[in-house]
Amino acid sequence: MQVSMTVNGQQRTDEVEPRTLLAHHLRDNLGLTATNIGCDSTSCGACTVIVDGLTVKSCTVLALQAEGAEVTTLEGLAGPDGELHPVQAAFRAEHGLQCGFCTSGMVMAAVGVLADNPNPTDREVREGLEGNLCRCTGYHNIVRAVLTAAESGPAAGRVPTSKQEVSA
Amino acid sequence: MIPAPFDYVRVSTVDEAVAALAEHGEDAKILAGGHSLLPIMKLRLAVPSVLIDISGVEELSYVRVEGDEVAIGAATRHHELEKSEVAQSEVPLLPHVASRVGDPQVRHKGTLGGTVAHCDPASDLPTALLALGATVVVQGPSGRRSIPITEFFLGFFETAMEEGELVVELRVPRTGSGGWGYEKFTRRENDWPIVAAAAVHLPDGSVGVALANMGGVVLKASAVEAALAEGKSIEDAAELAAEGTSPSSDMHADAEYRSHLARLLTKRALKVASGETGASTAESTAA
Amino acid sequence: MSILGTRVVRTEDPLFLTRGAVYTDDLTDPRLAGALHATFVRSTVAHGTVTEVDASAAREAPGVVAVYTAEDLGDLQPVPPPLPFLDAGFSRPWLVPVGGRVHFVGDLLAVVLTEERYQGEDAAEMVVVDIDPLPAVVGTAAAATDETVLFPAVGTNKVAAFGEPAPEDFFADCEVVVTRAIANQRVAAAPLETRAASAAWGEDGRVTIWCTNQGAQQAQGQIAGWLGLDPTLVHLVTPDVGGGFGAKIGADQEYAFVAWLAQQAGRPVRWTESRSENMTGMLQGRAQDQVITIGGDRDGTVKAYSLVVNQDCGAYPRIGTVLPTLTMLMAAAVYDIPKVHAQATCYATNGTSIGAYRGAGRPEATAAAERAMDLFAAEIGMDPADVRRKNFIAPFTEPFTTASGATYDSGDYAAALDRVLEAAGYADLRAEQARRRERGDVRQLGIGVSAYVEITGADSGHGTSENAQLEVHPDGTATVLTGTSPHGQGHATTWAMLASEQLGIPVEKITVLHGDTDRIPDGGGTMGSRSLQQGGAAVHQAAVELVEVARKRAAELLEANPDDLEVDLANAGLSVKGTPGTGITWAQLAADEQLIVQTTFTAAAPTFPFGAHVAVVETDVESGKAVVTRLITVDDAGTIINPLLAEGQRHGGIAQGVGQALLEEILYDDDGNPQTSTFADYPFVSATELPSFELVEMATPTPMNPLGAKGIGEAGTIGSTPAVQSAVVDSVAHLGVRHVDMPATSMRVWRAIREAQKGSTN
Repeated sequence: MQVSMTVNGQQRTDEVEPRTLLAHHLRDNLGLTATNIGCDSTSCGACTVIVDGLTVKSCTVLALQAEGAEVTTLEGLAGPDGELHPVQAAFRAEHGLQCGFCTSGMVMAAVGVLADNPNPTDREVREGLEGNLCRCTGYHNIVRAVLTAAESGPAAGRVPTSKQEVSA
Repeated sequence: MIPAPFDYVRVSTVDEAVAALAEHGEDAKILAGGHSLLPIMKLRLAVPSVLIDISGVEELSYVRVEGDEVAIGAATRHHELEKSEVAQSEVPLLPHVASRVGDPQVRHKGTLGGTVAHCDPASDLPTALLALGATVVVQGPSGRRSIPITEFFLGFFETAMEEGELVVELRVPRTGSGGWGYEKFTRRENDWPIVAAAAVHLPDGSVGVALANMGGVVLKASAVEAALAEGKSIEDAAELAAEGTSPSSDMHADAEYRSHLARLLTKRALKVASGETGASTAESTAA
Repeated sequence: MSILGTRVVRTEDPLFLTRGAVYTDDLTDPRLAGALHATFVRSTVAHGTVTEVDASAAREAPGVVAVYTAEDLGDLQPVPPPLPFLDAGFSRPWLVPVGGRVHFVGDLLAVVLTEERYQGEDAAEMVVVDIDPLPAVVGTAAAATDETVLFPAVGTNKVAAFGEPAPEDFFADCEVVVTRAIANQRVAAAPLETRAASAAWGEDGRVTIWCTNQGAQQAQGQIAGWLGLDPTLVHLVTPDVGGGFGAKIGADQEYAFVAWLAQQAGRPVRWTESRSENMTGMLQGRAQDQVITIGGDRDGTVKAYSLVVNQDCGAYPRIGTVLPTLTMLMAAAVYDIPKVHAQATCYATNGTSIGAYRGAGRPEATAAAERAMDLFAAEIGMDPADVRRKNFIAPFTEPFTTASGATYDSGDYAAALDRVLEAAGYADLRAEQARRRERGDVRQLGIGVSAYVEITGADSGHGTSENAQLEVHPDGTATVLTGTSPHGQGHATTWAMLASEQLGIPVEKITVLHGDTDRIPDGGGTMGSRSLQQGGAAVHQAAVELVEVARKRAAELLEANPDDLEVDLANAGLSVKGTPGTGITWAQLAADEQLIVQTTFTAAAPTFPFGAHVAVVETDVESGKAVVTRLITVDDAGTIINPLLAEGQRHGGIAQGVGQALLEEILYDDDGNPQTSTFADYPFVSATELPSFELVEMATPTPMNPLGAKGIGEAGTIGSTPAVQSAVVDSVAHLGVRHVDMPATSMRVWRAIREAQKGSTN
């Protein structure tokens, strides 16, 4: 079947099998491999992307379910000039990543947390990231990174939209 | 892991969904958020030949007051229920329980109708709906009908829906400022409950109590409700929480421990509902 | 100012954070164009005789290029166990043939090659397998009976035995003796990236294998050996690696299989396993049943300690078989105990094979010793911190040999404990605990104390050596080649810092390469917390040597005396002493002649990081649920090169330790069926179950390398596991509980309270 969506500001139309998971569509058809797959059970969150402003686990969403949607992956988060999104910058500053495998999903989930709650507490960050597993960091520096990003204001919860991309 | 192949039909009205169900027969499944169905399809525990996607059916997404009741469209997502001001003021148990389902990503996709139709005995929202004495509205080839939720969950992943029917609405009483409590016991915050207990003071003066994961379906704690109706204390009533249940033993908990948790959580939920104590939280600070 | 000891953010991160790292499944290398996808058919029975493997229907399925069963393997010989002293009868077949036995859920039966990824799963389902079940051997107790023997050719499930029983009078001079059977349970390493491999053969007859692994050179040698290839024909590359934690040490048979399949098919082949496959197929860790016995006097003096280990090796014995020897070596822990006995017996069982997992043999020693100290303290009614202090090895700066035979480099265990207790506010915590006990609160406080020492940089197959190559290029940039194999540790940044420190070239201009056997034929990989103290030291040594080469070259060019030249850090070159900016730059020095050094650093001996942890838990005594509220740690790893990254290593380690203490366990039913084979079932520790950690600094340099650095990768896990377990026990100690096995689940705690209340001291 044909599926159309806007991915990181670009309109994409592709032919997919109905069972194609959004995660595989992004990785295998669109070449956006920052989105990783870490489990089979909607548990780890490594595949988290933002669809129409909300975080989802793309391993549990059919590509067809994103028909007409605006999808943002890690690759679409930085500014057009390469400027890091405040959450990306904070992850670097606070050493919020080690092996990097959870990082794409973790960063996207963190943007979602801050979009929902711009000034979270340590506990609220942890609860907001409860759907994302990390084996390397013990979450300590991830939580710090999200709190640091929050200090930069509402931009930390902003998801680039195709309109911004077009105007840029 | 990926699902076995299937055909996909996208519908935009309930009538189209009903027609599609009729056309494709029993091998068709309704796809709403997909967060109950797709995980088991990926493990190939479910192998439907057709998925009918109702996520674009706008007429199924609402939370509104209708008379003495709050009506909630089946395609209402957990996070929408969580944020709904109508739900927060009219039936606050539900948005709270919605906020305890899974994790944010799951709540962004999962729907109320989906979790009810899926009929998992460990599911949060069905437990709350059962305590509230909700009505499940389903629609099929012969039109709409209402099923009391106490008659809806028949067995392990088995509901009172006939072939060709789908859940379109949930109706719950407006509990307003009536007290409520939800005690969910998990290993990790976002796990399915090992046991959960919901308690809510209903407009008719009774207290509804229901339990998750104490049998093949979510269960009413009928003995507790009856004891409370007779004027027994919370402590005494809660002692009856495991009566009539058939908890399983698995790696997380054996039946004896689950029964203990049912009594403990019921007591705590009732106390919170009656304003005696605050809700249990995972976090509290040392010293 | 020196860059060493400063918080340099990682040079890896900008790419990781914008386009993502490139893991094996992400590769778009042109050599992999048109690759087939491999999907393995695995046994769903733990133990049994294969009676049928019928691939005929699968061969007709859409997209299927080939299906291989045991009949199609040609000359491939079963893979012998990786340790020469093990019986060859434990060899693992590539695919279990009809008539052969499967030995765990996950054993390989067939493999499907398809054009598309999704087709593989469909076709694999169509391979018909029939297995006659045999009784499953689950756990070491069942294995030890030999009622069911896994490998009839071997004749026993006993794989290996180390040490002798303790003499009968071992505890004769002790006033108090406490003994207890405890479990150090089987856990999953669970790196977020599952196993994956790709292979492509070139026209030159060489194969390139990309795989996710902790040491390309070791994996290269193994794969070549298994496939009967000259190692020079195998080019092994480890792209970015999504975590390892020990489970990606050494090649897995599937990796070699992918290379073999690519050769058979005449096309490149890719394989990425699912998490469910990973949870049975990847090496797991720990899995020791232990009996600890501790004896001493009522004044708190410990006189004798015995640790008896039964190691579950899983179905096909691998490296886990020798890890108990590290447990035995470290049995005495931080204590000056006159008599220490340690013994281990290793058994094959119908579970997943056991390998290294963060700490690998040492956490098991620490957990045992710390449990023993707590049991002894409880028995004599002494504060657990005081018992430890009384028995610590006194501070030492010269090597100290323990009663279990380890020679420690340097340590001050009492100082570590004092620091952590002070930071924790130990006295206040005890006071708060007393108040809660007095009031009979539902939420009781538990305080767990642990002290540890571990061995890092031990010989894990590469001696205590590591090599480095450092080259300065004509454009003023530099490249480091290292035999270590980072997969999250940040070597690209830290190794650049070490080179930058000597050369003055900014870290951004120094590229660090690893994990490619063509470019770096020799290397020990990253494991056993060896990387900085050996690999980092090698980079340091290379940089020092390169300065000497440069000094001679500069002296000629400048017509100066080499002794008058010094590194001019500000100008990234060499200048005459006292006149910075007047000399010659690295770029100029490298302009006409390659400026390159290759060197090997060999450490005199392993190092012994140490520390002390305090865990605070709140336990709901009605439900048994314990929540960790604080974790305060001292982890002394000698000199710290990059505190930002060292802290990250501690954080991760601490969290994994909490996971083992409270949540994680691989479980099997009586038939050997795994009960925890997805992340929905296996309770991988998540952010909500952890507090932010309180790290206390302490640094006692080691004399074993010029950096003064000890290992830091595993220490956090080693310290936190017993601290948390101890805290849980402590939280309900006033109710009569003396011990709760790991993971200290709410049901276990609740039941321990009930049993204790019934009068039997738990």
